[in-house]
Amino acid sequence: MSVRFVFLRVLGILPLLLGVSLILFAVLHLAPGGPLDVYADNPSVSQEALREMKVALGLDKPLPIQYLAWVGAFMRGQWGYSYRTGDPVVQDIASRIPATLALGGTAFLLSLLIAIPLGILSAVRRYSALDHAVTFTSFLGISMPVFWLALMLQLLFAVYLHWLPSAGMVTIGDGSLVDRLKHLALPASILAVASVAGWSRYVRSSMTDILSQDFVRTARAKGLSERIVIYRHALRNALIPVITVVALDFATILSGAVITETIFAWPGMGRLFIDSMNGRDYPVLMGLMMLGSFALVLTNFLTDLIYALVDPRISYG
Amino acid sequence: MDKSQSIPRWLPRRESFLGQVLHRFFKHKLAVAGLGILVLLGLVSILAPVLTPYGYDQQNVALMGQPRSPSSQHWMGTDELGRDSFTRVLYGARVSLRVGLLSALVATLLGTLVGALAGFYGHWVDPLLMRFTDVMLSIPLLPLVILLSGILHPSVALLVGIIGGLGWMSTARIVRGQFLKLRSAEYVEAIRALGGSNNRIMFRHILPNTVGPIVVATTLSVGNAILLESALSFLGLGVQPPTPTWGNLLNAAQGWLSQAPWLALFPGLFILITVLAINFLGDGLRDALDPRL
Repeated sequence: MSVRFVFLRVLGILPLLLGVSLILFAVLHLAPGGPLDVYADNPSVSQEALREMKVALGLDKPLPIQYLAWVGAFMRGQWGYSYRTGDPVVQDIASRIPATLALGGTAFLLSLLIAIPLGILSAVRRYSALDHAVTFTSFLGISMPVFWLALMLQLLFAVYLHWLPSAGMVTIGDGSLVDRLKHLALPASILAVASVAGWSRYVRSSMTDILSQDFVRTARAKGLSERIVIYRHALRNALIPVITVVALDFATILSGAVITETIFAWPGMGRLFIDSMNGRDYPVLMGLMMLGSFALVLTNFLTDLIYALVDPRISYG
Repeated sequence: MDKSQSIPRWLPRRESFLGQVLHRFFKHKLAVAGLGILVLLGLVSILAPVLTPYGYDQQNVALMGQPRSPSSQHWMGTDELGRDSFTRVLYGARVSLRVGLLSALVATLLGTLVGALAGFYGHWVDPLLMRFTDVMLSIPLLPLVILLSGILHPSVALLVGIIGGLGWMSTARIVRGQFLKLRSAEYVEAIRALGGSNNRIMFRHILPNTVGPIVVATTLSVGNAILLESALSFLGLGVQPPTPTWGNLLNAAQGWLSQAPWLALFPGLFILITVLAINFLGDGLRDALDPRL
């Protein structure tokens, strides 16, 4: 992998993000009212002042000019001010990032720890009762309305059994690790359901492919133990295609947090998104959407890099 | 056990293409079961007025105030407004299934058109459409759908437009790949030599050869559309009450979760069973239509 490839790939990101910003800007202009709507309802703001503000903010200019100004400001980190709190959007969003990363990161690790062993077991004992059970369960996971599962598990573990808290991130006055982990358990498991289901199927099919290849037969013929054949020879190769799917899904897990965080009152970006949606807080919404798209494009890029690093057969220009 | 015994007698002969497809399909037990469940669900939702004596917004004043648990008159209980939950779940099926089917149809039509044009014409059309597809794929789907619904307060028809209009990208990529492969095939050259127009080649000769993957993609996107609509309605941003859908029934049930868990149990169970049936059907169709996989 050459420096040239990395450079070209980075260069390719820019038009993509520009396209995304164009679409999001258009969506923003579908919204009823403009950025000055907050003041329009205020009786102590005169029509005169409203017009002056419009000129001062450049809202009287044609749309293409407004778009360029918006992009320029956005790149300098001026994402506007929240309609609800009056704080800078960047500050409002930044304060929510740690909670979402903690939740998404836990769900991500949990998914890996469950999906990979399940996929291997399924592939090694293909067509066994265990394999059928894993396949059926992963179909269940893919078809699951996660918000419903969340409600049912809340009911079971919080209402009936009282094992886990039903919402929030910490109990007020109790910041211990155990307390935090208890709060994390349900939302992280819920967030992991879809990816566990998808990934275990993917590991299974990748592993099945590899196990039928000649080099695996050679390894067995050499008299290597089944353990070594599977874990040292087959698994390493089987995981290469899995990396792409897993890495790309990280962004999906984060956007899935929109629903999970809402149900579990988790104070992250997903909940900020829904709260902003209900409060028609368009600057915050736009900032979150751009950030989400950026994360998606970035994971795409990193996936390509990791793939090239892990698999020496792949070489980009 | 002889496997052929489970395959119905009335099927076309094994030698024909359709016969082969159907024989492979009927070997996939779960897919057949999925199809059966979907047919049943469809019938039940169409026959809802016959199957239940109540209207979906009919209130029993005597039962108002708080939800009542399931009984012989009300199989799934009643909600806090004295409405029969079984009736609301059945009528909810109508809206949820319709939104799912129509959105998938919109997504498939758009995706097929974009993919066909990109794959067939190449030159500047292909890069243009594919970069546009890349851009659309770079925006996280769920938040975008939520944002658009929040801004537009969509009717059911507009909701179909939003879900379908944002779900065409994977179909477009699949169809483009097929068209790229087939546009230089010898039989296409032959039609061109015979004077067939571009449109005729695209839609009469290439498209029928891409039907397998398109059918599979459409089936799976029905399931995804149902999940998306129910998630939106659950968040209060999709179909608005009093029209019941499985999603907004769950939204209403959330407030009564500990007192009346049955209100949340049934709509979710219906979503799960429906989407599961669709995914098994899609899996069976993939086996049947594309034996290489």
